[in-house]
Amino acid sequence: MFGKLSLEAIPTDPIVLTTIVAIVLGGGALTAAITYFKKWGYLWTEWITSVDHKKLGIMYFIVALVMLLRGFADAIMMRSQLAMASAGAEGFLPPSHYDQIFTAHGVIMIFFVAMPMVIGLMNLVVPLQIGARDVAFPFLNNLSFWLFAAGVVLVNVSLFVGEFAKTGWLAYAPLSGLDYSPGVGVDYWIWALQISGIGTTLTGINFFVTILKMRTKGMTMFRMPIFTWTSLCANVLIIASFPILTATIALLTLDRYLGMNFFTTDLGGNMMMYVNLIWAWGHPEVYILILPAFGVFSEVIATFAKKRLFGYNTMVWATVAITILSFVVWLHHFFTMGAGADVNAFFGIMTMIIAIPTGVKIFNWLFTMYRGRLEFTSPVLWTLGFIITFTLGGMTGVMLSVPAANFVLHNSLFVIAHFHNVIIGGVVFGMLAGLTYWFPKAFGFTLNEKWGKRSFWCWFIGFYVAFTPLYVLAFFGAVRRMQSYSNPEWQPLMIVAWVGALIIAAGIACTLIQFYVSIRDRKQNQDVTGDPWDGRTLEWATSSPAPFYNFAHLPEVHGVDGFWEAKKANGGVPPISEPPYQDIHMPKNTWEGPIIALFATIFGFALVWHIWWLAIVGGIGMFATFMARIFNDDVDYYVPAAEVERIEREHRQRLKQKGDLAHSTRLETQS
Amino acid sequence: MRRKKYLRVLSPLVLVSLALLLTGCDSALMDPKGQVGEEQRTLILTAFGLMQIVVIPVIVMTLVFAWRYRRSNRNATYRPDWHHSNKIEVVVWFVPCVIIAFLAVLTWYTSHSLDPHKPIEPTAEQQEPMEIQAVSLDWKWLFIYPEQGIATVNELAFPEDTPVRFRVSSGSVMNAFFIPQLGSQIYAMAGMDNDVHLVADEQGVYPGRSTNYSGAGFSDMTFDAHVGSQEDFEAWVTEVRESSESLTFPEEYYDLAAPSEDAEIQYFSEVSPSLYESIIKSFQAGGDHEARVSEFADSYAEGFGHGSAHSDDESAESHGKPMSAEAAE
Repeated sequence: MFGKLSLEAIPTDPIVLTTIVAIVLGGGALTAAITYFKKWGYLWTEWITSVDHKKLGIMYFIVALVMLLRGFADAIMMRSQLAMASAGAEGFLPPSHYDQIFTAHGVIMIFFVAMPMVIGLMNLVVPLQIGARDVAFPFLNNLSFWLFAAGVVLVNVSLFVGEFAKTGWLAYAPLSGLDYSPGVGVDYWIWALQISGIGTTLTGINFFVTILKMRTKGMTMFRMPIFTWTSLCANVLIIASFPILTATIALLTLDRYLGMNFFTTDLGGNMMMYVNLIWAWGHPEVYILILPAFGVFSEVIATFAKKRLFGYNTMVWATVAITILSFVVWLHHFFTMGAGADVNAFFGIMTMIIAIPTGVKIFNWLFTMYRGRLEFTSPVLWTLGFIITFTLGGMTGVMLSVPAANFVLHNSLFVIAHFHNVIIGGVVFGMLAGLTYWFPKAFGFTLNEKWGKRSFWCWFIGFYVAFTPLYVLAFFGAVRRMQSYSNPEWQPLMIVAWVGALIIAAGIACTLIQFYVSIRDRKQNQDVTGDPWDGRTLEWATSSPAPFYNFAHLPEVHGVDGFWEAKKANGGVPPISEPPYQDIHMPKNTWEGPIIALFATIFGFALVWHIWWLAIVGGIGMFATFMARIFNDDVDYYVPAAEVERIEREHRQRLKQKGDLAHSTRLETQS
Repeated sequence: MRRKKYLRVLSPLVLVSLALLLTGCDSALMDPKGQVGEEQRTLILTAFGLMQIVVIPVIVMTLVFAWRYRRSNRNATYRPDWHHSNKIEVVVWFVPCVIIAFLAVLTWYTSHSLDPHKPIEPTAEQQEPMEIQAVSLDWKWLFIYPEQGIATVNELAFPEDTPVRFRVSSGSVMNAFFIPQLGSQIYAMAGMDNDVHLVADEQGVYPGRSTNYSGAGFSDMTFDAHVGSQEDFEAWVTEVRESSESLTFPEEYYDLAAPSEDAEIQYFSEVSPSLYESIIKSFQAGGDHEARVSEFADSYAEGFGHGSAHSDDESAESHGKPMSAEAAE
């Protein structure tokens, strides 16, 4: 009846039990609160079924921040374990637990923190930047989010019921095969990634079509904001690479469920094929994360330096070059597999070549500051911190890309330090900069700068304290994924790294306090104009928070930095939309997205535990709901012009009040 | 004033990182004991040095530009519409291109000269090359000496100034064979015959380990490589030959292959001929690895595996005694 599932699947480890109790209590309190305040209806109509790209973007970010806390809890546990488990000491985490933690940390941070932050930001910003009213396929967008959420649910359920994979985040075969990993951990990994991965592929297609087909009048490809360009390239990478992940995991699934031998050690199975395939997806994946972060920095630096981005065309072509090159470098993740010298040299050199367009981008950001008027806001601090940190990370990356040097650096803590160097210094800094920069567009008020800057300094200093020791330890022979080590000389540096992790924890705490303080002071920090930073691109041309239809009149652009040009032409103030308005065609909410994802969660859970009847229920449920969607013609409606006029009039009144207010304060100061 | 406050925060950090870098100078990778490792150290330092040509200017320019063009500095030139300069474009493309071109040549050359599969030609002072076969098991290393007809677990010995061809395979999942002070590592993969050529120029005990995560007992998959004179090596071989243990394929081999953590050092005075080849063949068509390994299924199941503190002490004791027979007990 319940397949492999029995009561024994509930873990008894005290650390896990405490977490379970805390989550159950917290979740119960939240559910009770929502019920007490009668907010279920509001949640369902305004958020869960919403197809509004801005709300989906916000939901992606909320889930990402929650998962960041979980992934970071894993990080702290790992660093604590290694600060303790020296010279024969076992620490507080046995291998069976430690191995799950480093696997979960990697999986969560990449798939359920970095990816949703990037996709969330694309959701929030891209349609606004290209002057569109929504994405090309609003239902798919909702479905993508909920499929991603299904993956999140499965990863978190693995904490309560059963175990997670003990294989490392990429589940290399044959370790992830049934012979060596007979538990359900790898199955949780498979279904969480497979279901959320399909959501990501749909997002890729959705945004690719949106950017190509839904740009407003005058927005040619070479007038698109850089964030939109980098998003376009990231989505091309998603479309090209995620099917490889899906296929690879599907083959591993066949090995594990039907006794096939694609990646086993015998009967013709080939583990080297697994490693090649997973990195043929895995390398483009890191560019899916970093390219949009590059886009954020480009927007931030131009806005706050009050200067047009230096070398727009170069920036675009460098992005395109990185996109293409990212597909011919995957072998650098395993030079030590023993391919011949020619093959290794080819992939090494292709990898280094990526440093050229990346280096050019860095110079372009520097020359954007040059002869600008740079305001040191927290997004700018993140950007400056990024340029320095990412340059160092790029340097260690080039060192790793020399095959003969890689032979001694591979699998060591040098690799760990390198990719945290580029992912924290690049993606995390970028996403936090983007969060601060676009927050007012989503919520109508700006974030508190003081706590934002504190968060930056903690992350920046914490990163160096945590990861410099790992670079050094690699030279002493310390490798990744060790649960304990015998050499007592490593311990002092491991303790320094642990302190670094604590400083980063303080940075995360600062961000949480920043949210609290900003929400508390939202009246003072209100963004009435919709353009709090004197921005350059179209998302600042509408009110904050943007109305659900984005633009009352679709804007027209006449160059790069379309909104900046429009302001200049209008005497330095933004043009205000005036009546008459027309009816606006908008998509309706969808109940099918969350319901399909609910069945997908049931389907995945059932397959993890081999509960076949439940898997059939889940599968039929998904199919039936999808059919219901296909035959549902009632998917759109028109917002009446009168309604648009009402909303726009309110916005103008707020602007006028603010104008009057500013006027009267000026008079007071004069007298 | 604010600027000074930041400097006060940053200066101890700079000091700490400098100290870390300096201690790194006598580390395993910066203090290699073989020619492969030496060339790799030179390569790492060369690549590092070359990139400073870009890294240092970028960091300096970031700080200088950000400070000079701060909003409050009204003395600095402000040209809001300036966004293109052919001269700058040429420089920012050209300089990285030159550095990468240089590195690419270096990469091509060293990928071939330091190819792990390339035999080391013995120099005048060096002896004829020898072969040692390394097989990763769960979670220990089996070393087979085909020329001597002996085998060991978790202990390696060979003479100095003798190029060694390590043939590397796995009896289980993927691992990697690595002795940091001697140079290159290489993956150990079931059913595949990989190899890496290394040489030690100095006597000593060099720690080695698997670097590729392979499951519960991975952390303790370590061994020591004892490098002595030719006589030391021969004495060691004699000691191994005195062991009463033998390693026949398949029976005794599969007993050994059963998963165990923090395994003790073992000596085998006799081994089946072509044991290494038999292990590789067991994974190929007609091999019986699958049937054999299914006997271990319970060992890989949930909850398995906590290294015992007892055996830990013993292996710690054996560290300081190169080539001693006591370690075999």
